[in-house]
Amino acid sequence: MQINKIKTEIAEMLSDVFDGATIMVGGFGEAGSPIELLHGLIDHGAKDLTIIANNSGNGRVGLGALIGQKQVKKVICSFARSAKGITFQELYNKGKIELEVVPQGTLAERIRAAGSGIPAFYTATAVGTPLAIGKEEKIFNGKKYILEEALNADFALVKADVSDRYGNLTFKKTARNFNPVMCMAAKQSLIQVRKLIEPHQTNPENVITPGIFVKKIIEIDNPIIETNAIEEGMIYP
Amino acid sequence: MTKKKLTNAEKGWERGVIASKIANDLPHASYVNLGIGMPELVSQHIKDDREIIYHSENGLLGMGPTPNENEIDFDLINAGKKPVTILPGGSFCHHADSFSMIRGGHIDYCVLGAMEVSMNGDLANWSTGKGIPAVGGAMDLVAGAKNVFVMTQHLTKEGKPKLVEKCTLPLTGSGVVSRVYTDYAVIDITKEGFKVVEINENLSIEYLQTVTEGRVYQ
Repeated sequence: MQINKIKTEIAEMLSDVFDGATIMVGGFGEAGSPIELLHGLIDHGAKDLTIIANNSGNGRVGLGALIGQKQVKKVICSFARSAKGITFQELYNKGKIELEVVPQGTLAERIRAAGSGIPAFYTATAVGTPLAIGKEEKIFNGKKYILEEALNADFALVKADVSDRYGNLTFKKTARNFNPVMCMAAKQSLIQVRKLIEPHQTNPENVITPGIFVKKIIEIDNPIIETNAIEEGMIYP
Repeated sequence: MTKKKLTNAEKGWERGVIASKIANDLPHASYVNLGIGMPELVSQHIKDDREIIYHSENGLLGMGPTPNENEIDFDLINAGKKPVTILPGGSFCHHADSFSMIRGGHIDYCVLGAMEVSMNGDLANWSTGKGIPAVGGAMDLVAGAKNVFVMTQHLTKEGKPKLVEKCTLPLTGSGVVSRVYTDYAVIDITKEGFKVVEINENLSIEYLQTVTEGRVYQ
């Protein structure tokens, strides 16, 4: 029997998701945002989710739509402000959603650490700022650092460009962003790809995320482009 | 007839002039991260005698200018989430590697805007203390880049000094700024105070002191 991580239904991709799960959502702004998987999560209906992402969604599409459905209790991100953001802002202003602000590099490193078996690390980022309050400080070679803990997740929703049935992923341009480290940090990485190829077509020199970090794959060959969807007035569901 | 009194805005250097001063201070072969907004102007003023490589913290090294309308690709954006291009010799990487370039001390210069800069080089530029807090990569940049330049108007829109003895807004980093470029002057952060490297030709050092909190000297 062959290994085959490819699924044909989004519901099958999300079948293990549960209420209260911590879910990483890949992408930086709209580049790499797994919009179809996020819409699948709305259809799934899981509640009280903690979302780890760089941003908090735009319009009522993708992450913005999921938050608008009140399925998210907390967002851990670096930048929750956006000109096109609606739903997070509404809930935050009413005190109905929690926010943990993390510097972008610390966010990436906390995720990388989780995927690498590193429970915590020291960093100079945020020393002397409000985001260092309550964190352990230590001096190395005369310079002050703070302790930051790894960020683990139950699931990662990620958009990649190309994959084979093993989950050897490549990404497109700056749509790579947080995706490779999120695939490493989550117990289950759930990947939508633009194109599936045969394993012999995968160039091993070019694989960005090796299949060991991937649980399930689905082909979405013509994914929604967030900017266009918002301009066209798309609202999900 | 009385001589027309210049407004503060009229006295100052244009933004392009400030940008060209920064551009002249970036050495050949530097790896540079330009903050969103006014600092982006710097890339338009680099002279032909040098090549600068631009880093965008969302995983792009070798960033090029804005694309033509028909070349826009929403998978090729900068840290401000605007479409950009990649130059020959450029590369993509994931976020943890991109921030290792910053946090590991590989970026030679970053140029950022400011709300306040204090005499000891503290920078406040991420939060007014109101609204949804959002930091992005600013704290990583100021902690990790080898040199942190600030590009800003000398005064706030309300006419208050941005160069202060002690910041009142939430800090982005402590003791991190090395040089400040404003429409009034180029100023180094030193133990003795704000050291004026260059002053706008329309202004006196005495005037500069009146619009700056903390010691100004030449």
